[in-house]
Amino acid sequence: MAKHPQKPINLIKWFDPRNKSLGSWAFILNRITGLGLTLYLFLHLIMLGQLAGGPEAYDGFIALVKNPIFLAGELLVIAAAFIHGLNGIRIGITSFGIAGGKQKQLFIGLMTVAIIAIIYFAIRMFTH
Amino acid sequence: MTQTWSITYEIFRKKGSQAAHYDRFEMKVDPDEYVLDGIERIWAFHDRSLVFSHACHHSTCGACGMVVNGVEKLTCITPIRSVTKDGGVIRVEPMRNFPVISDLSVDMTVFYQRMESVGHQPVVSIAHEDSKGKFDPDDDLLRLSDCIECGLCISACPIALTTPAYLGPAVLAGAQQSGDLNLCVLELVDSENGAWRCHSAYECTEVCPSHVDPAWRIMDLRKKLVSRRIKKFFGVK
Ligand code: HEM
Ligand code: SF4
Ligand code: FES
Repeated sequence: MAKHPQKPINLIKWFDPRNKSLGSWAFILNRITGLGLTLYLFLHLIMLGQLAGGPEAYDGFIALVKNPIFLAGELLVIAAAFIHGLNGIRIGITSFGIAGGKQKQLFIGLMTVAIIAIIYFAIRMFTH
Repeated sequence: MTQTWSITYEIFRKKGSQAAHYDRFEMKVDPDEYVLDGIERIWAFHDRSLVFSHACHHSTCGACGMVVNGVEKLTCITPIRSVTKDGGVIRVEPMRNFPVISDLSVDMTVFYQRMESVGHQPVVSIAHEDSKGKFDPDDDLLRLSDCIECGLCISACPIALTTPAYLGPAVLAGAQQSGDLNLCVLELVDSENGAWRCHSAYECTEVCPSHVDPAWRIMDLRKKLVSRRIKKFFGVK
């Protein structure tokens, strides 16, 4: 086959939702939340590393994460976990050939559950 | 009664190693004409160096796939009315995820080879319904299979964008449809760049002009592959 000069593949296009359908939005959300959760996992392990600094270091750290900015960050993690986890269930079952023709309805249903759960956690976190 | 719209075609141009650019053509069109009609008039009356592919003009040959205002379309059956408005713009680009030969034409050689190697049947037997409503294939009567090998699904797929090694929706759908999962086909589809590479964005099914529903077929193919593996594990033939 003849080789034609091509532009290198620009993977930012993965995250370009213009002119895309619901399935792509699901794909983009899953990828962003998956990568976000992985980043958080590392941060979380570093945070847990604070335990090694003894009780004072740890208490100081806990006081820090009680401030609203950290709480908002934590809420993002919770949101990502619900969106990624519930969407993951959809990907899992459709990938076994179940409800493949109903993926949009499944997505809307599961994301409604995710939104309700996120709102519930937001209220609990910011009112306690 | 025919209407006349003034629209602008913005056409992707690229020859050889030249940098890509867009040429603008102001056109008077009937909105019920098809996007391809306008492109042909540009070629006929404005610029004979414009390269694009088509043949049948009635959604059978699969040659006229392009990206129209950001979405994959079979341009011979896409009415101008459905993609723009009076005074609007139609941006036409070559399909994504294929090497561009020139302007709007892309090289689909590898795709056709893959279709062949998974045993895609371009012609299939017609299924007839018996008195009890059961469908049976009638081997004497033949028809063209649904997939017209236009490549739109591959152009729209985010995983084909990731890597040209991915077989792509039409090819996996072709394997599922042919039903003959022999060892050669299995080696292709039951692999990293086969059925297991799909990430369920379902764009293929959105853009397919021919009711193939490739995403559903990929999922069904996975089901077949998993059940094969389970049977093999328990020694069932
Ligand atoms: C509730 C539990 C979870 C479920 C059901 C789940 C499910 C899935 C599924 C099905 C995929 C494949 C998506 C695809 O085919 O495109 C995936 C991808 C991924 N997951 Fe999860 N996951 C879960 C939790 C997590 C956690 C806790 C993390 C990070 C610490 C994570 C990180 C990722 C990453 C990075 C990807 C790759 C994203 C991509 O390829 O687009 N997941 N997950
Ligand atoms: S599956 Fe549909 S979109 Fe893909 S090549 Fe075949 S007809 Fe075209
Ligand atoms: S020209 Fe044949 S499908 Fe469009």
